[in-house]
Amino acid sequence: MARMKFLCDADRCIECNACVTACKNEHEVPWGINRRRVVTINDGLPGERSVSMACMHCTDAPCAAVCPVDCFYTTVDAVVLHSKDTCIGCGYCFYACPFGAPQYPKVGNFGTRGKMDKCTYCAGGPEVDMTQAEYVKYGSNRLAEGKLPLCAEMCSTKSLLAGDADIIADIYRERVVTRGYGSGAWGWRTAYGETVSV
Amino acid sequence: MTKLGAWLCAMIGLAVMLTVMPPLAEAQQINPTAESVTEDALLEALQGDQMVDGRVSIPDELSTGLIKPGNKGWADTHGGSVRLLTAVALIGILVVLVAFYMIRGRIQIDAGRSGMNILRFSAFERFAHWLMAGSFIVLALTGLNLVFGRALLLPIVGEGTFGTLSTWGKVAHNYLGWAFMLGLILSFVAWVAHNIPNKVDAAWIKQGGGLLQKGVHPPAKKFNAGQKVIFWAVMLGGAALSFTGVMLLFPALAGTQADWQLYQLIHGLVAAGLVALVVAHIYIGSIGMEGAFDAMGSGEVDVNWAKEHHSLWVEEVEGKPEYEPHASNKVQPAE
Repeated sequence: MARMKFLCDADRCIECNACVTACKNEHEVPWGINRRRVVTINDGLPGERSVSMACMHCTDAPCAAVCPVDCFYTTVDAVVLHSKDTCIGCGYCFYACPFGAPQYPKVGNFGTRGKMDKCTYCAGGPEVDMTQAEYVKYGSNRLAEGKLPLCAEMCSTKSLLAGDADIIADIYRERVVTRGYGSGAWGWRTAYGETVSV
Repeated sequence: MTKLGAWLCAMIGLAVMLTVMPPLAEAQQINPTAESVTEDALLEALQGDQMVDGRVSIPDELSTGLIKPGNKGWADTHGGSVRLLTAVALIGILVVLVAFYMIRGRIQIDAGRSGMNILRFSAFERFAHWLMAGSFIVLALTGLNLVFGRALLLPIVGEGTFGTLSTWGKVAHNYLGWAFMLGLILSFVAWVAHNIPNKVDAAWIKQGGGLLQKGVHPPAKKFNAGQKVIFWAVMLGGAALSFTGVMLLFPALAGTQADWQLYQLIHGLVAAGLVALVVAHIYIGSIGMEGAFDAMGSGEVDVNWAKEHHSLWVEEVEGKPEYEPHASNKVQPAE
């Protein structure tokens, strides 16, 4: 099976935030929650770069390790998903996540954390694929339809890549070799304990 | 020959010129966009708990962080040493208590029950104690569920039941925290004056509180040194739990992710220590000592129990009308 990953080629990202918008629209993400965001480093300085970041679907995900109710699971495509039926909204996964991926709607006791919401790699949740129940909790399941995550699919500069790790790493490597530079596969070293060598 | 020499000189001169001056074409090939920040350099520059961050255009200040590898450190500590320390504290105290019971047995009233009772704790004192104690037990169980439930309870009851149970546990923890804080304040007001350490405590500690030897009863006022330790541990630990708990409940008040991690770490460690201490407290206040539970149960203790464990207190309250000993309502069992 494929090992699904995201790779943001920061040398191509133009900070248009279309990935953020597309994600919110595709999954009807609740108000105040962003499953994906674009962070600009060294904003306004020479050599600034923007990186689109969401859940990296880590190998040995720290969120899954600290979850007190064990609501996380990894699919055969290595996508890290969670069950909102089991989640209690304790916040531990946010403390553990290196990428700030878990988000909490403010519906819990005293207006604090409700059940966690995060990027599903457009792969839904534990419910039956492409059902209304799954859509309401997790958003659409594009992977079940044979499609890749929308954020990467509609990226205008093809900066954000999604797909099998080997394939997207090859694409990135080829770009780096062709143009002669690359700022790195952002997050890979932290998420997978490896880096794309070019 | 001169023609060839001049040609050679010209060629050498040209070659030197080409070497010293960069060709125009090459200068144009340098791409200014290649001079960018790289992830490798940024990660190398990180120190301690720092993160790679920048600016976001969505209105959420907490989302400006891009990569914070240090968070995995919290995850390791949380699932590793904190869980281990909690287990050690709980198993350790149980082993100590079982050993103590095997060796010392139940501490009896040496003089036997007198049949006369004396008021030890007023209704207000008992209310404060049980408000604190009752909420603490629920808080401790729901808290321990977050530490050990996944390993111990989940395999038994299944994911659905465990999820529902833990959700209600979280609700109970969030609401009963306030009851605990109120009980903590009331108990502090009720008892702080009786818990200032003094010389009597030193003598009590020197004799091991009489815990290890039968028939030894070092003098004590309303509270002995052991009880004072419990009092201050509960007050200081409770205050730490209350503060960190409120911060965890209202993350926006606390600040950043690093603060939440610290508060969670303190909350977990203090709670583990306090639970272990309270287990010992529950033991000695119930099955560990004859007549002790009455103090917080009915509020009235046997006079002989009071004389053995709180001799100076009995002398202090002697003659006060509300502390006048009176016949126990309890039916005395036939000897």
